[in-house]
Amino acid sequence: MALGATKKDRIDALAKSSVDDSGVSLAASAWRRLRRNPVFLVGLGITLLFVLVAAISPLIAPHDPSARDLIDQVVKARNEIPPAQPGHPLGGDLQGRDFFSRLLVGSQQTLMVGVLATLFGLTGGLVLGTLAGAIGGWVDSLVMRIVDVMLSIPSLLLAFSIGALFAHPNQFTVIIAVATVQIPIFARLLRGSMLAQRGSDHVLAARSLGVKPGQIVFRHMVPNSLGPVIVQSTLVLATSIIDAAALSFLGLGNPNDAIPEWGQMLGTSQEVLDSHPALSFWPAACIIIVALGFTLMGESLRDALDPKNRR
Amino acid sequence: MALLEVRDLTVVFQRRGEQPFTAVDGVSFDVEPGQTVGLVGESGCGKSVTSLAIMGLLPKRGATVTGSVKFEDTDLLRLSGNQMRDRRGRDLGMVFQDPLSSLNPVITIGVQVAEVLERHQGMSRKKALTEAAGLLDKVGIPDPNRRISEYPHQLSGGMRQRALIAMALACKPRLLIADEPTTALDVTIQAQILSLLKGLVQDTGTALIMITHDLGVVAGLCDEVNVLYGGRVVERAERHELFAEPRHPYTHGLLASIPRLDAPRGERLMPITGSVSDNIPWDSACAFAPRCPNALDVCREVTPEQEWRGSRLLRCHNPVQPAAAETEEASV
Repeated sequence: MALGATKKDRIDALAKSSVDDSGVSLAASAWRRLRRNPVFLVGLGITLLFVLVAAISPLIAPHDPSARDLIDQVVKARNEIPPAQPGHPLGGDLQGRDFFSRLLVGSQQTLMVGVLATLFGLTGGLVLGTLAGAIGGWVDSLVMRIVDVMLSIPSLLLAFSIGALFAHPNQFTVIIAVATVQIPIFARLLRGSMLAQRGSDHVLAARSLGVKPGQIVFRHMVPNSLGPVIVQSTLVLATSIIDAAALSFLGLGNPNDAIPEWGQMLGTSQEVLDSHPALSFWPAACIIIVALGFTLMGESLRDALDPKNRR
Repeated sequence: MALLEVRDLTVVFQRRGEQPFTAVDGVSFDVEPGQTVGLVGESGCGKSVTSLAIMGLLPKRGATVTGSVKFEDTDLLRLSGNQMRDRRGRDLGMVFQDPLSSLNPVITIGVQVAEVLERHQGMSRKKALTEAAGLLDKVGIPDPNRRISEYPHQLSGGMRQRALIAMALACKPRLLIADEPTTALDVTIQAQILSLLKGLVQDTGTALIMITHDLGVVAGLCDEVNVLYGGRVVERAERHELFAEPRHPYTHGLLASIPRLDAPRGERLMPITGSVSDNIPWDSACAFAPRCPNALDVCREVTPEQEWRGSRLLRCHNPVQPAAAETEEASV
């Protein structure tokens, strides 16, 4: 289980990086470095562009993404698909729908799945991590063993297994499946930084003032443990998008293809991969670029927030 | 009657797979109301652990605390977690060494001070914040109404320590424990903080336990001084007595190693040789014997007992003789 071990180690290393005893100007100094970091700026640019496109795509899409405008150009028998033409820069898909519009509008689903899956994963992880880190003892052992078991299963396989549990897959089951995979990562991360907080001076000082345990956990420990969790969230956005695309690619996604989604577009396009590679290329490229954007942003954020890199 | 009576306080740390370690070994002392008592010693002598044990802040697992800590006739060590929590911050306050890491970086100073008042005096947040501004003013933080909405990193080191003192004294505790409150500050600020503490305890009649390795702090502040070595009190005396005539070789060494402004040029400092790691267990010897210039054979064979020599308590087989020989002590 070498893979699982490295994953755990990385989570723990990230959790430790939050132990910063020299105060908060960390955020300010991180931002100063980020502003000059080209990697971060590229990641931020991609992310902002993606969010912008998702937000306004229904307005800028030249055609209705579910209207079969070009259906008369589709000839199944001869494997003919509408080519690029005036008004349809990328041609049409197997159903004769404008491919460019579908790509644009597809960003909405991808963004929604990514954000919601991350949010649900984050919430679940926060609950479990807080329980384990705050109560300790056998609760901690129990939660962390469950988390370890989940981490030991390759994440994509776990997502497939959970996605396959649902009889009628839809967008929501994809979100659940992808989110479940993220829960143990967030839980372990939060617990790690909570443990570090538990021994910290300001928690001891709060205890010396008689502050009640609940307040110590929610006012003093959790807020100070969130730094690495925020960094992890940006990285998880990228993996969620890829995982969700992979699920729809394999047919575990939303069967209703009226609403375009990149993973599903990729899945249907692969039937004609050898004759029309462009149909597979564009959604794949979109997924990769967006995931790359989130990853670049998250990685540089993590480096910037790492106290060891402070100048 | 003493405000605080520490009797035979012993703290043993159990570590899995290792020998138990006795950090504090039968320490006893009294603190009278309004009195300032110093606990002095080098790193690892048990002074901080003593204070954490009094406050009930040692981890329940791994640390065994025995003896008794009587605070106004209540044995703090017998109180439940909840009872002790009600007392901390209300009857007993504590100020820590590093003011930056002792403040929560994500909460404003005002809310942190207000938290104590809300907790122990049931104030509303709004009232507590007004009160907090008054407390910050009292500890000498300028422009308190602006400071209450600032975060710890926006304050200077001295102001942070003032804020911590305000938090510890918010509910007017009868006992304040200051654990090296000036170590993390630079010298000019140290003096300010010390005179602030001195003034506050005098005004409010709060008793103070001053934990420090800095004899200068002791000289300026404490009524009575306990010198700790290897988890035991080796010498206790009234301040002037201790500084004028240190009797224990360790105390003597500590005082001799302080640079003096009036010393002749080129005079060498006298360090205490060795380090704490040279300690031998108290069981059948004096722990200080390997580093002691006065050590006799008996020091390595018999544990010295605490004995009264006049008005001072001493744990030594062969104490430093005062310059002017005192005949009445020879007979003790």
